[in-house]
Amino acid sequence: MASITINGQSRDVTADPSTPLLWVIRDIVGLTGTKFGCGIAQCGACTVHLDGVPVRSCSTPLSAVGTKAVTTIEGISSTEVHRVQKAWEEEQVPQCGYCQSGQIMSAVALLEKKPSPTDADIDAAMQGNICRCGTYQRIRAAIHRAADMKGASA
Amino acid sequence: MKRFLMNAGNPGNGEPAVTRRDFVRVSLVLGGGLLVSVYGCGPNGEAPDAVAAGGGKVLEPNAFVRIDSDGNVMVTSKHLEMGQGAYTGLATIIADEMDADWSKVTVEGAGADDKKYGNSAIGGMQGTGGSTAIANSWMQHRKAGATARALLVAAAAKQWNVPAADLTTEPGVVVHAPTNRRAPYGTLVATAATMPVPADVPLKDPNAFRYIGKARTVTPRVDARAKTNGTAIFTQDVKLPGMLTALVAHAPLFGATVKSFDATKAKAVAGVVDVVQIPTGVAVVAEHFWTAKMGRDALTVQWDETGANTLGTAEIMAQFRALAEQPGTGVRNDGITDAALQTAARTVEATYEFPYLAHASMEPLNCVVDLKKDGADVWNSNQFPGVDRDAVAKVCGLKPEQVTMHTVFAGGSFGRRANPKSDYVVEAATIAKAIGGKAPVKLVWTREDDTSAGYFRPANLHRLQGGLDAAGNPVAWWQRVVGQSMMAGTFFESPDGSDPSVFEGASDHKYEIPNVFLDVHYAKVGIPVQWWRSVGHTHTAFAVEMFVDELAKAAGKDPLAFRRAMLAKDPRRLAVLNLAAEKAGWGAPLPAGHARGIAVHKSFDSYVAQVAEVSLEQGVPRVHSVTCAVDCGIVVNPDVVHAQMEGAIAYGLAAALYGTIDIQKGRVMSTNFDRYRVLRQREMPVVAVHIVPSTEAPTGVGEPGTPVIGPAVANALLALTGKPTRTLPIMTAFSA
Repeated sequence: MASITINGQSRDVTADPSTPLLWVIRDIVGLTGTKFGCGIAQCGACTVHLDGVPVRSCSTPLSAVGTKAVTTIEGISSTEVHRVQKAWEEEQVPQCGYCQSGQIMSAVALLEKKPSPTDADIDAAMQGNICRCGTYQRIRAAIHRAADMKGASA
Repeated sequence: MKRFLMNAGNPGNGEPAVTRRDFVRVSLVLGGGLLVSVYGCGPNGEAPDAVAAGGGKVLEPNAFVRIDSDGNVMVTSKHLEMGQGAYTGLATIIADEMDADWSKVTVEGAGADDKKYGNSAIGGMQGTGGSTAIANSWMQHRKAGATARALLVAAAAKQWNVPAADLTTEPGVVVHAPTNRRAPYGTLVATAATMPVPADVPLKDPNAFRYIGKARTVTPRVDARAKTNGTAIFTQDVKLPGMLTALVAHAPLFGATVKSFDATKAKAVAGVVDVVQIPTGVAVVAEHFWTAKMGRDALTVQWDETGANTLGTAEIMAQFRALAEQPGTGVRNDGITDAALQTAARTVEATYEFPYLAHASMEPLNCVVDLKKDGADVWNSNQFPGVDRDAVAKVCGLKPEQVTMHTVFAGGSFGRRANPKSDYVVEAATIAKAIGGKAPVKLVWTREDDTSAGYFRPANLHRLQGGLDAAGNPVAWWQRVVGQSMMAGTFFESPDGSDPSVFEGASDHKYEIPNVFLDVHYAKVGIPVQWWRSVGHTHTAFAVEMFVDELAKAAGKDPLAFRRAMLAKDPRRLAVLNLAAEKAGWGAPLPAGHARGIAVHKSFDSYVAQVAEVSLEQGVPRVHSVTCAVDCGIVVNPDVVHAQMEGAIAYGLAAALYGTIDIQKGRVMSTNFDRYRVLRQREMPVVAVHIVPSTEAPTGVGEPGTPVIGPAVANALLALTGKPTRTLPIMTAFSA
């Protein structure tokens, strides 16, 4: 049995140590906002934060999580809607929506690191997140919009 | 049904014939809501079941709109929401006619019922495809909304004892201005359900629309919030008590079958519950995905490859080339093309080759089946829910009415969840049956399963010859198409084997040329194929529009002027062409090393033109910007139209630049995103969309933006490098 901290709560997890964090989150903890897209860290749909750093949970085994804090899409807006989510709505980003949890987790991490990212920063930070509906233009606009929201929630 | 995807548009006047005989039913739903349904009567004009308005219960569950006593407006979408905005668009139409408060509108997916939810644009079966959702629902949903409003107004007139004509409506409220009285809709539903249904409700003057055609701040997508906070439910997210997860070891070749398998090690994996052989392979059923995956990895399967396809993509294309030398089945023959080519001052020849493509939706295919003794429940996102329901019933030995379809969001589809054989749905039902229905089962395909399972956009080859007169005017167009039929072997197959989806968009091009010839070969290949966003247009638009530029180049003419001269009798096509050119600044100076290309195409009754600006960066194509003009008739939701053009450009550009399924000796080598390249953030051009104002009936926007970007980019590269693109994807010519 392993114990992980997810969205601020400690959870005991019984699973093979090789189990990717993605499937611990989805099938054992039961949070389904984090998506399965490729299984080999190519698409970013499974992006979560480990101690604030974006990682591909499909390729992060449970054994590698240790005491690092796991944050999922459900964990970034526990008290109020995150400004990145607000910006996503205002720009009407989602189409099918399946990749957007991962997109938002990558964008939140980018803005933590670079509060006013350039287009090149956005390209670099978001290159690992595929959207087959092609919402990239709106993702870029939403990240700029979120960056411009002053005094909003973290 | 045969009309599906080939002639998917609505009849000329934009009003599906069925609406003229529609019936409206009203009843009080449990909990005090008002329910309004509009649907066609029986084949002989008979009325459906009698209606007891205000009977205190739901008589029919097939409502398009439901209003509860709190004033919440719940719209049932007969169309799948797979990203294209159908939920928002359909709700916009109803909400406008009934003057609903948009903030109180929610949408849920309908179950399967071809009779109630039939799509008049595809022969009456329930289905989402051919970019028809808005087109086939336009008048039907306006009527549904207007009828709801009329009943609420009648209820207020009765309560206040005033003439209905003195009442107006504002979002969610009936107003009697002379006495300054206001009644929220929710307070009126009980009375409204007792009112006689008006035989013929007037529809709004389009100038009075408050939602249709308005900005995204007025009618934001109904699913945007759920899709930004992780609460939107896709099939992948469905959880049922005791549910198991199944993964399948699929055959490595199309047509191979299980010879034998050893499940000893798989069954030893903790959490694996069962291992069962099914027609498509061996299923490992386990408590969770990962235990099922470990079980599948531990499985040993011997395959019988007798009769399986062992050809690769290179061999298949060689067959296509050989076929292209032989006369095919005639499709179009205007004038005497052979003679015109012989006497032409100048001729141009080109052969274009198109690879297989995967749909590669973000959500790999999956399906949940809960099989019980007397029925089955299916959770899935289906483009053909009735077809899938019948397929599940057949597998499980049930009657169709014993199978209940629960429709959830689709994480993309692009045509893949419209499989006429219900392939992955049947697989899920087969597993549920194989384990004796002892638990609900979620079938999950891995990305590798999804990409290599086929039902690809078929490979195609187009051979063209064109003739110019001494002045550079086109006098002859000769075209031969070689491709696989998508309809063959399905219930869409026509008796004579003809399949217009192989040449749609080529045979009916409207360039005015005195001599035009087109014939077709339906190649028989053992690779499963299926429609892929914009179907035949995915390649016909490229072949036609690339060849037009090749002719223009040979004639020494500007590609825009060359097209304009041939489109005088096609004003809508000409209008989008001109708008895109104007907005892109066609002809204006560009930075050194940049070039523009233009293309125009009509598909699914909508017209799209695009201008792409490209350069070469480190020797490979870079698409900087795309200017897109679209004419889709009346626009229900402009921001969704913009989004669909942006998305279609990204989807089409991914295919044009990178998309190819590589098959070697029958084995699909392109299995995941590392080997099936798609578009990423950095490669997304800046897209500007311009909509042609129109009063024509609405047409589709999900697909028509897709086929135009490939030729627009290739034509820009022709202008830049002097070299045409003859083999897709474009990167083929730029790889070291």
